[in-house]
Amino acid sequence: MAPAVALKDPYLESRIYGARTVFVLVIVIALMGILMARYFSLQITQYEIYRTESDRNRVQLQPLPPKRGLIYDRNGVLLAENRPSFVLSLVLERVPDLDETLQALGEIVEITESDLEKFETRSRRRRPYEEVPLHFRLSEAERALLAVNRYRLPGVVVDAQLIRHYPQGDLFSHALGYVGRINEEEQRQLDEVDYRGTNHIGKIGVEKYYEEQLHGNVGYQNVETNALGRVLRVLERTDPVPGADLTLSLDVTVQETAFAALDGRRGAVVAMDPNNGELIALVSTPGFDSNLFVNGISARDYSALRENLDLPLFNRAVQGQYPPGSTVKPIFGLAGLEYGLITPEFTMRDPGWYTLPGEDRRFRDWTLRVRGTGHGKAVDLHQAIEESCDVYFYDLAHRMGIDRLHDFTEPFGLGTPTGLDTTNERGGILPSSEWKRRSRGQVWFPGETLNVGIGQGYMLATPVQLAVATSVLASRGQHYTPHLLRAINGEAVTAPTASVVEADEANWQVIHDAMHAVFHGQRGSARAVGRGSAFTMAGKSGTAQVIGIAQDEEYDAEALEERYRDHGLFVAFAPYEDPRIAVAVVVENGGGGSTVAAPIAREVMERYLLGQSQDENQELADRG
Amino acid sequence: MAEYVRQMPSASSDLARRPAISERFHIDFPLLFLLMGLTIFGLVVLYSASGQRLGAVVRQAQYFVIAYVVMLAAAQVSVQRYRRWAPFIYLGGLALLVGVLLFGVGAKGAQRWLSIGGFRFQPSELMKLAMPLMLAWYLASRILPPRLINILVALVLVGVPAALIVRQPDLGTALLVSVSGLIVLFMAGIRWRFIFGAGVLAVISAWPAWVYLLHDYQRQRILTLLSPERDKLGTGWNIIQSKTAIGSGGWSGKGWLNGTQSQLDFLPESHTDFIIAVLAEEFGLRGVILLLAIYLLIFARGFWIGMHAQDSFSRLVAAALTLTFFIYVFVNMGMVSGLLPVVGVPLPLVSAGGTSIVTLMAGFGILMAISTERRLVVQ
Repeated sequence: MAPAVALKDPYLESRIYGARTVFVLVIVIALMGILMARYFSLQITQYEIYRTESDRNRVQLQPLPPKRGLIYDRNGVLLAENRPSFVLSLVLERVPDLDETLQALGEIVEITESDLEKFETRSRRRRPYEEVPLHFRLSEAERALLAVNRYRLPGVVVDAQLIRHYPQGDLFSHALGYVGRINEEEQRQLDEVDYRGTNHIGKIGVEKYYEEQLHGNVGYQNVETNALGRVLRVLERTDPVPGADLTLSLDVTVQETAFAALDGRRGAVVAMDPNNGELIALVSTPGFDSNLFVNGISARDYSALRENLDLPLFNRAVQGQYPPGSTVKPIFGLAGLEYGLITPEFTMRDPGWYTLPGEDRRFRDWTLRVRGTGHGKAVDLHQAIEESCDVYFYDLAHRMGIDRLHDFTEPFGLGTPTGLDTTNERGGILPSSEWKRRSRGQVWFPGETLNVGIGQGYMLATPVQLAVATSVLASRGQHYTPHLLRAINGEAVTAPTASVVEADEANWQVIHDAMHAVFHGQRGSARAVGRGSAFTMAGKSGTAQVIGIAQDEEYDAEALEERYRDHGLFVAFAPYEDPRIAVAVVVENGGGGSTVAAPIAREVMERYLLGQSQDENQELADRG
Repeated sequence: MAEYVRQMPSASSDLARRPAISERFHIDFPLLFLLMGLTIFGLVVLYSASGQRLGAVVRQAQYFVIAYVVMLAAAQVSVQRYRRWAPFIYLGGLALLVGVLLFGVGAKGAQRWLSIGGFRFQPSELMKLAMPLMLAWYLASRILPPRLINILVALVLVGVPAALIVRQPDLGTALLVSVSGLIVLFMAGIRWRFIFGAGVLAVISAWPAWVYLLHDYQRQRILTLLSPERDKLGTGWNIIQSKTAIGSGGWSGKGWLNGTQSQLDFLPESHTDFIIAVLAEEFGLRGVILLLAIYLLIFARGFWIGMHAQDSFSRLVAAALTLTFFIYVFVNMGMVSGLLPVVGVPLPLVSAGGTSIVTLMAGFGILMAISTERRLVVQ
């Protein structure tokens, strides 16, 4: 159909063009329709989805951890505080290349192997978008370098965190305990809401016992962040409720005195106010630097502490179970008076040993070993306590019987945990025939009663129990539950009411007089220590034989020998007329209680009762 | 080529009537007003998209001043002169493209610029204008609808610069330049059977093209488009963030300067290729509709000008310029909303960027020249 000569046909061209224009217009309108549909679908149909996505992009709910409560001693000296520490953390979701970032950080900050190891453990347990700490305690220079390099380190965060600090070091390590990073098991048991944002928790001691009060309540803030995770502004904020500040009844000066008096030996000192149950000192030596535990102790430091033969991590004051030895004689004497088995006038002959009727075995008095004789022909209760006569108490215990002995002694708090407001307290043992049947499945032998009668045998007590029992004696029957907490946020906690140990007033006086004579009598076992005291004291020494070795295998022969020596114990209260402090001292392998432990007891009581000079007070306040 | 004059006597006007202002100054007022509306809207969005930096807006406004001057200047040139110049512009453009490959400068592995005395110039932009002019010049003097031989020649004319641009490499621009030529071919009336044939051929050759012609990053872009979730923080990030920005705008938007996605840096390239996401987030679907309405009116005016042009050359050029403008809009809005691959096409006259604005406005200048040509023929 093609014409021989083709000619341009403007009319045809225009018509074709018109048709094509219409066609193109249809296409254009269709495509515009598709665009409209697309934007309609995104902005109207899926609006909610993208709105949420956009909010999730920019808004983050950040927990605001509460400030942990401070801990003071009774004079307001700071025992546990929070110090700002700059922490380098990573938000892994925002880190483009972890290895690269870690390498870059390594050039700025000294990152140790253990940092990396702990960082890996923490990142496995993190919540999404949580900051995972990599390095603590950044120096000024490191912070500056990080700030300069911030632009090339997306996801790297430097935060000021408050980190627990114990300014008193090992002086209070056992009394306070410490906080540490929350571990996996604790994480499971914790209130997930309240601990969001909290990294530390009380692990032991007061820090653990009063965790709830010290921790406070978490706050929240809604923050707007940009694509790099940097917080731009706070949209909404609920302030955290800071933890309560605790004032303990402990006295730094007394604590210091006790610590110094123990002089690095293994031992414990517990001092208590017999009128209200407040603990004035709670010392166990050796101690350790609690600050080591706050951000996770290094493996090397930890094994050093664990392998130390002196067991610095062992809180002897509440966990150490020692045979109380003669320190319990005043209680048993009182029991004899109350049961009517003896009178103050009753005397007996002490040849230096005692035998049960019809038996050959001799129960020896400690004097037999020392000077080959007993305490004399007519030993009465006063003398038996003053000089610590074993034979008198063998006889008394034998006539009393283990169960009456047990029943009378129990209200003094021996053999059960005292309920002190700290953790890991042990109970000790106050034996009875029932106890032996239960725990050993055996009947009680009369001979065993004799050993218990002088505080040996099965009997075990902790220093804090001895302090409580001494307080009961001192206050003539007022048994207060010992406690460390004196005030919360400056408001005094109501003192617990005492349970009363009933005994005749005259009988209390007999015991007090005898204990007074221990210090101030002519033949008092601690008369050397009592000499020249500005106030009157009453006390009782004790020496506990070390039967086995409490510690695990030891190889050091010299150390071994030292560890076979007797434990020296001493309990005391003062002033004798109106007791305001009761003390229990244990010096492991220290030898005789009256020589090694009694001087410590006196120093502690002196420090408390005579106080310290104005200057020292000021110095203490400055240190806080 | 016969040009004859036939004037319609009018009852109210005499033969020597003075031409209207629009004819005298070669200004198409409807088009001018629409472009000015778009310019103002664009600057408002840009202020927000650039992080509220007035400097960015001022620089863009300066480009616009230049662009308007260029447009008005281009409008003064007669259509016949464009027709005569078309082959030379085209050949000059080709030469420059070769020059880019030989002496070009660039960034990010692509070599797209010629630097002459400190002045940087992108020859592929010139080709966006030269291509429709050349094709229209070639086809308008042939018998339409074009025969196969003419079609083949036209394809070569399209293919050579496209290939040169692909080599830079700049696939997006190469496609746009080719399309602006193919539109001329289509509007000239190329028969449907050729179109279908080409379509079949394209499908068949798609696989080798995928394997041999595309660069890795270009394949990556296409794959990312198909499933942007694949790499949430890498390539897919842009699309996810722009969709989030658009979607979270809803009907009425978050308000000017209040778009969280754009103001908080979640949205990449927010002031250039992805600026529509800022607009959608802050002005909502209402803003998108307003923008599309302006664009639609500009297209309509362009088609109207084409329909009323006096010869094939003018018609073809008008259609090609209008349609390429539409394609920019469609590709950009499509890619930002996740319909099309991210190929780096700015939103015309809204995205920041001087060269593309000047080129586009020069195109509108040519459109105005066509629109205001003295009416010699009454249709």
